[in-house]
Amino acid sequence: MSSTAIEIEEKKDLWGGGVSPMNVSYGKLMMWFFLLSDAFTFSALLITYGLIRFSHPAFDGAIDDFVFSQEYWPVPEVVFEAVPFLHGVHLPLIFVGLMTFVLILSSVTMVLAVEAGERMDRKGVEKWMLWTLLGGIAFLSCQAWEWSHFITGTDMGSRLLDGSIFHGANLTMNEYGPPNFAALFFFITGFHGFHVFSGVMLNFMVFFQAVTGKLERTGHYEMIEKVGLYWHFVDLVWVFVFTFFYLV
Amino acid sequence: MQQNTPIDVKSIDKDKVKMFLRVTLYLFVITVFEFAIAFTVPHEYKWVRIFIFVALTIVKAYYIMSEFMHLGHEKGALKMSILFPLLFVAFLLFILLFQADAIFQAVY
Repeated sequence: MSSTAIEIEEKKDLWGGGVSPMNVSYGKLMMWFFLLSDAFTFSALLITYGLIRFSHPAFDGAIDDFVFSQEYWPVPEVVFEAVPFLHGVHLPLIFVGLMTFVLILSSVTMVLAVEAGERMDRKGVEKWMLWTLLGGIAFLSCQAWEWSHFITGTDMGSRLLDGSIFHGANLTMNEYGPPNFAALFFFITGFHGFHVFSGVMLNFMVFFQAVTGKLERTGHYEMIEKVGLYWHFVDLVWVFVFTFFYLV
Repeated sequence: MQQNTPIDVKSIDKDKVKMFLRVTLYLFVITVFEFAIAFTVPHEYKWVRIFIFVALTIVKAYYIMSEFMHLGHEKGALKMSILFPLLFVAFLLFILLFQADAIFQAVY
């Protein structure tokens, strides 16, 4: 009996002011809510991809017979099959797989930077933030290559509905499939890539603050945790983009 | 610059780092497995492929959110405030996939 009464009393106090009911700082809580809103934006984009894809006919032959056509939605593993320095070699999805691992690894180094920050280990924070920055820059470079290859197109090109041969892609025409395919590619991976770019900027900011000793003088490394949340989110979104754009 | 109070650097939390490396291994293995599915299960089994990919993606998302973003160790109120609103995503997915089929039927 008495224990129940105490519990109610505690619960009332928890939300009654003066304490942090969720036991996180204001900054981290707001970062979470920002990420939630960002998750809605990305979900809307990816669900739009699903809507447009399933309102087009699917290719229903054997994968070896696949050719680019405006008549049906392309099979992604045939579109994304190029790897730098290996021109003309058919290596489906290898390069995006590599990009996925780069981003996951930079998420791991970020989590190690956060762990070092909790221990007030300035050297550790500097080291792991540097690796995280390198991972982010490597990912962006890969994506720049991926985009330029997608825009330039294949040597063969393919025939558009008006009968002309077209190479590569822009926002209104592409050789791979229906016009919306390339538009969605640019929009979704571009929006994600811009998030990675902002993440690299934020990472650099906190790296700079750690190196100059500003965070140490503040007495805690919570900035690393907040920026880390954002960085993991970027990784999380890529996991979904990878599945819905490249695998499905 | 006067640095009067020496900074108390604690030693590495080995269990925590081990846990991070284990999660990394899971993410790595799941991604490799997804590749294996992509190249072994034929495209005729479209919905089997989609189901496996989505399920594995959700497992990966769980590990990233729970361990890397630390959400699994936060208070229940915070977990729920982040996870419940995501039900709207499931709802949007549900209605727009029906819409996609309706458009397909109307056009083709």
